Amino acid sequence: MPLVELKDIRKTYKLGGETIHALDGVSLDIDAGEFLSIIGPSGSGKSTLMHILGCLDSPSSGTMQLDGMMIQNASQSQLASIRNKKIGFVFQFFNLLPKLSVMQNVELPMIYGSVSAKERRERSMRSLEMVGLENRSKHRPSQLSGGQQQRVAIARALVNDPRIIFADEPTGNLDSHTGEAILELFHELHRKGRTIALVTHDPEIAAVTPRKIEIRDGKIADQVDERLAGLDRAVANG
Amino acid sequence: MNIWNGIIIGLSEIWAHKFRSLLTMLGIILGVSSLVAMSALVQGMENGMKEALVAMGGLEKIEVQPRDGGDLPLHQRHLADQAPGLRLSDITALNENGYLISELTPAVEMTRWGNDLTVTYAGKVTEPFFVSGTWPIALKLNEHVIEYGRMFNEIDNEETRSVCVIGTGIRDDLFGDPSVTGEEVIPLGEVIVVQGQPFTIIGMFTHYDSEKGLEQRKAAIEAARNKTNQGEKLYSSDRGRSNFAFRIKNNQILVPLNSMIMKFRSGNDENPVSDPRLSELTMKIPSVELLNPALQQVRNVLLMTHNGIEDFTFRTQEDWAEGINTSIKNARMSGGVIAAISLVVGGIGIMNIMLASISERVREIGIRKAIGATTGSVFAQILIESIVIAIFGGIAGLGTSYALVQFIASFSPDENQPVITIGAMTMAFGFSVMIGAVAGLYPAIKASILHPIQALRYD
Repeated sequence: MPLVELKDIRKTYKLGGETIHALDGVSLDIDAGEFLSIIGPSGSGKSTLMHILGCLDSPSSGTMQLDGMMIQNASQSQLASIRNKKIGFVFQFFNLLPKLSVMQNVELPMIYGSVSAKERRERSMRSLEMVGLENRSKHRPSQLSGGQQQRVAIARALVNDPRIIFADEPTGNLDSHTGEAILELFHELHRKGRTIALVTHDPEIAAVTPRKIEIRDGKIADQVDERLAGLDRAVANG
Repeated sequence: MNIWNGIIIGLSEIWAHKFRSLLTMLGIILGVSSLVAMSALVQGMENGMKEALVAMGGLEKIEVQPRDGGDLPLHQRHLADQAPGLRLSDITALNENGYLISELTPAVEMTRWGNDLTVTYAGKVTEPFFVSGTWPIALKLNEHVIEYGRMFNEIDNEETRSVCVIGTGIRDDLFGDPSVTGEEVIPLGEVIVVQGQPFTIIGMFTHYDSEKGLEQRKAAIEAARNKTNQGEKLYSSDRGRSNFAFRIKNNQILVPLNSMIMKFRSGNDENPVSDPRLSELTMKIPSVELLNPALQQVRNVLLMTHNGIEDFTFRTQEDWAEGINTSIKNARMSGGVIAAISLVVGGIGIMNIMLASISERVREIGIRKAIGATTGSVFAQILIESIVIAIFGGIAGLGTSYALVQFIASFSPDENQPVITIGAMTMAFGFSVMIGAVAGLYPAIKASILHPIQALRYD
């Protein structure tokens, strides 16, 4: 059984009396240990897909299974618990809490998971070691560079040992050099057996993942159009 | 998320916005301190009144007073000229038959209400509240304490001696006030003239006042004696403020009953018929519970001796005590309403600031939700923050109330010194916490139902 299984997922919004089909029948399997990118131009529905995959939002119709649990009918608090235990998020704008120290930021998911204070410290320290920031645990996010902040966010995503990590344009707010380092970190995590889904509009980033899924007009494109997505150039450059 | 984490988060939020939190707390601080101060004031009033009540002889004292013809019950008005009035024979009858009462004492009084009542000594004049002709037992009944000399006794009464026992107020006026002169004059053996009749002072009562009043007087006497700070008249300028009950007790003269009747009530040129009627009968009952049966008993006996004419009336301290309770209740009520309003205003302030705070922190709430905060934990976080503000406001309010009460105490009358009670503090603090919780409810609900995606996108 795949780790994530989407069947005919649809998501519709009402916007000023007009119905918008953000997702229009998406079916997708993700196996454990995969490293895939979800690529598509803005407005294609890739963010909506990621929100549904990340249990931040519920589909209008269709079924979704994550790690053996049916998600589509889960309550808000069940979704919160799934986000807490099985999913790690990495955002474009890092989304760290500025008033908390690096350590406290990394501890945060465990606070909502009712982990004891001692274990919280140990696990967040391990997590910070994994991203190479163990000596910055007392700093505030604002005292770190963008790349370091994103590493903290990755440490936070890892700390509850999730089944899958979703990264939404993780390099979008970083210079290319730092972005490469972050991507290298994802590769390393993948090599260690993590399941990672990377959402991006940037073909150069998508090019590094073994599996690529292209979203176009709320549907998964049958074939990734390398030329349209700009992957051919990326590969050529790479 | 456990409560401890919530409190830590709440504290760090408060610390991050120190000034804003302080302003928010101000409402609660004012509310709590006004509640405590109000309660302390009322408590002080109550204590003052109760003290005065005890000074007047307590609740176990009954007074029987004559009723004039015009005040008789309607169906007995036509018998007014046959009404005998209170007489010494009533005492005999009550002593024989009134087994519920004790320390029965007659009194013939001259008061300064009605006629002039002047007492003079060596060109100095004073006006006592009353001069009372009574029996030696009046000393015990009215809770008098002789400090110098002695009370007149049965023999003084039998022999109609012209002796008197005075309160310190009389001494202060006629012989000098120790808090001004610094010298305690003991005028035993001096002869004062009461309404034209000479009386020898054989005793003087102790000075009656509240504890604080006594302390101040002592300090004033000390100061006057040392003449160190003559400019400051610590006590004498405050005399008008001393409790009325104490002033009455200090400004009276007791003389033997027979002397009183002989000197002032026997026939003279102006009024050729002597007047043996008493102004008052005073007695004690063993306990307050027996008040009504005792009153009934006294009434039955007196109706017998008065030929069925009810030309007397009872005065008990019960009415006064009830009056005290009523006025205390009213004061507490009105003060409580005002304090409650200011607490509610404080609560509105908290709600306002919490609403502002969550709209500033929509993104933070989104992040927390994305990493697994449930609706409940966001709700708890905001609610705890609001309660923490209220708790801190409450604690600061208790501190402020202490200062406020000290301030009020500096200019409130001696016998009404405000008293902070633990009960009032607990109640005020409890209210402030409750108001914090209520004020936090709406912002907490608002924050907890935010959708994570919209919250994350919010800028």
